[in-house]
Amino acid sequence: MEHVLGFDALLLARIQFGFTVAFHFIFPAFTIGLASYLAVLNALWLKTGNERFLRLFRYWIKIFAITFAMGVVSGIVMSYQFGTNWSVFSDKAGPVIGPLMAYEVLTAFFLEAGFLGIMLFGRDRVGPGLHMFACLMVAVGTAISATWILSVNSWMQTPQGHIIGENGQFLPEDWWAIIFNPSFPYRLAHALTAAYLTTALVVGGVAGWHYLRGHGHNRGVRIMFSMAMWMVAVVAPLQIFIGDQHGLNTLEHQPAKVMAMEGHFESHPDGAPLILFGIPDQDAQEMRYSIEIPKASSLILKHDLNAPLAGLDTIPRENQPPVAVVFWSFRVMVALGFAMLGLGVWSLISRWRGILHTDTWLHRAALVMGPTGFIAVTAGWITTEVGRQPFTVYNILRTADSVAPLDAPAVATSLVAFILVYFAVFGSGVYFLLRLMAHPPHQGETGVEQEVGPMRAAGTVPGTADPRTGAK
Amino acid sequence: MPIAEGVVFDLTFVWGFLIALAVLIYVVLDGFDLGLGMLFAVEPERRHRDVMMNSVAPVWDGNETWLVLGGGGLFAAFPLAYALILPALYAPIIAMLLALIFRGVAFEFRWRTERWRGVWDVAFIGGSAVAALSQGIALGGLLQGITIDKAARAYAGGWWDWLTPFSVTVGLAVMVGYMLLGATWLVMKTDGELQDRMRSRAWILGVATVAFIGVVSLWTPFLQEGYFVRWFAGTRILLAGLVGVAVLALAFLMFRALHVHRHDYWPFLLALAMFGLCFVGLGICMFPYIVPTEVTLWEAAAPYRAQLFMIIGAGILIPIILAYTAYAYWVFRGKVDPEAGYH
Repeated sequence: MEHVLGFDALLLARIQFGFTVAFHFIFPAFTIGLASYLAVLNALWLKTGNERFLRLFRYWIKIFAITFAMGVVSGIVMSYQFGTNWSVFSDKAGPVIGPLMAYEVLTAFFLEAGFLGIMLFGRDRVGPGLHMFACLMVAVGTAISATWILSVNSWMQTPQGHIIGENGQFLPEDWWAIIFNPSFPYRLAHALTAAYLTTALVVGGVAGWHYLRGHGHNRGVRIMFSMAMWMVAVVAPLQIFIGDQHGLNTLEHQPAKVMAMEGHFESHPDGAPLILFGIPDQDAQEMRYSIEIPKASSLILKHDLNAPLAGLDTIPRENQPPVAVVFWSFRVMVALGFAMLGLGVWSLISRWRGILHTDTWLHRAALVMGPTGFIAVTAGWITTEVGRQPFTVYNILRTADSVAPLDAPAVATSLVAFILVYFAVFGSGVYFLLRLMAHPPHQGETGVEQEVGPMRAAGTVPGTADPRTGAK
Repeated sequence: MPIAEGVVFDLTFVWGFLIALAVLIYVVLDGFDLGLGMLFAVEPERRHRDVMMNSVAPVWDGNETWLVLGGGGLFAAFPLAYALILPALYAPIIAMLLALIFRGVAFEFRWRTERWRGVWDVAFIGGSAVAALSQGIALGGLLQGITIDKAARAYAGGWWDWLTPFSVTVGLAVMVGYMLLGATWLVMKTDGELQDRMRSRAWILGVATVAFIGVVSLWTPFLQEGYFVRWFAGTRILLAGLVGVAVLALAFLMFRALHVHRHDYWPFLLALAMFGLCFVGLGICMFPYIVPTEVTLWEAAAPYRAQLFMIIGAGILIPIILAYTAYAYWVFRGKVDPEAGYH
């Protein structure tokens, strides 16, 4: 096989897929939650007539529009990359996962795209009721999209409901079993909750920034901080519980992944230790310099101090996932999860003491925690995807047998192009987002408009609209 | 069994038709977006560019979704074809995806910066042009045939195979055709000075489009023997001639609509009809192959259970999608107001 700088086409294709999907994932992780937040803000505005909610809606919808556009264009790349880089996988798994992805397009992408224009630009044209409906459809569309694609991903992790045909294709036998495969409900709950948590942290972080800049008197800042902190306080503990359940499900169906997450090279017949930190050495099949809590892993995974736990010594070397990556990405995710829990608890205490809007250290913490949702979802995604290796369809189809018959130079060229374009384009996008976030939401309606140029402003942000008629 | 025998309800045929339909809808809808993007290059004035972009801002995302349905549908209903065609057209497809990124984000980014607006305008023009060119090259690359190893179910050619004079010609043809769609769209959506200029451009682009259709149509039969037989044997020659005459008739009607009757929306509808005719011609040319002239629709088809599962959803959802897409267009109907704008 040809090589470019020591990389073969398989490794290059894997890097390319990992890079493009990791970038893509960041945007929906934010827009899923933000679409719902916008729908809530719009509903509150319609219900109360309180201008602050409309102002916040307008503030966040500009951020939403940019993020959504980046999610769309980076998502289209994914839908074609299955074919360009993973054609053997596509041919084999297409009959099973293709229809699920087609349903994603039909039930979610069109819904989002069809109503996005009305949500962004149509308030005056369709009236408040239909505009609210459009906001809801966009929010529902993002969640439906996540549902289908997570079903696809879960089927690759815990495949069932198919047979293998004479031509080597996976053939669907039972659609219900395929869609509701064993890891799907856990993965869906875990990923959707992560998206809402990520959004809450961003909103809280932006509010934290404005408190620190001396805008603590701004009602908009206060409202969004309070809403965000309620969300974090409720959702962070829920997410830890869901994550634990998801882990137990993984232990049942993909034990090798959990062994890698735990760093258990050896089997432990009477109680496995919880390895807090260590340096995994996969070649030697051992954990170096490990700091352990005896028997705690058995307690967490089996709810029994002395329960036996098998280790990677029961898995042939060629079927083991790369341990170091999984071990570390899992720790990053868990550590951030507990930091989010800490922020939630802290906010509850400050709220109870009546200092939610004046607790400067809480605001600093919220600002620091602002981007951590993105890091946590990426780390979690790396844990589950790398933990599935060396298979694309767990235990059935190997990654090495899934790749397209490509020349290494072709993949290397496209990989470099993707890296350059993504950093340039999405780097600019993030810059625009940060610049929008740097302004507090209180400038009054015209202020928010003027910042973005006359054409856009006049339609998106009508003067003082009456919530019940939509008339200017 | 093939529907040609006329009696059996054949899911594979239905899916072939649906995917062709999705691609056609994509081509005409994103076609005018991309064409408009290329026409940005010859409209340097800020206020005109703003109006042009505002005319598609609320709908471009929905338009592009048909591309995802085309690709996703091919993956789902004809996984073998998807696995053969995409590696064969690797470079133009990656180029198209990257170009669509620039084009797509430009819609949002150019309103966010004074200093860098020029850069995003160039990204909009370049992204639109490269996306159109790549799509045409991909079509040409498919039409001229791809090298496959049928037993291994895999693409067996090199990664420059797609680049030929023919594929580049089709690429240019698609660029010109998209610009015609864009110009006629703008005749419909704008007025005054901008509309007048688009009228004259539409006519030039119309003539160029017809010329390109002629060149590509005359060239295609000589690419593969199968095409030659299909076009010139038996009754298909009549059909082929009919398509040619119809294209010329449409061109004549378009001239009248543009310059004699000075219609606003007829030129756009006629340009759509022209694309529809080209699609019919393409269908005559390719059917029953999905990878000409190696793999038929039936050989590439997903199992019945997969096609059935999807057709239930598609049957219910596609009419609903068409309804709310039409509604979105209806909401933003009429001329773009250069003073207010709705972006």
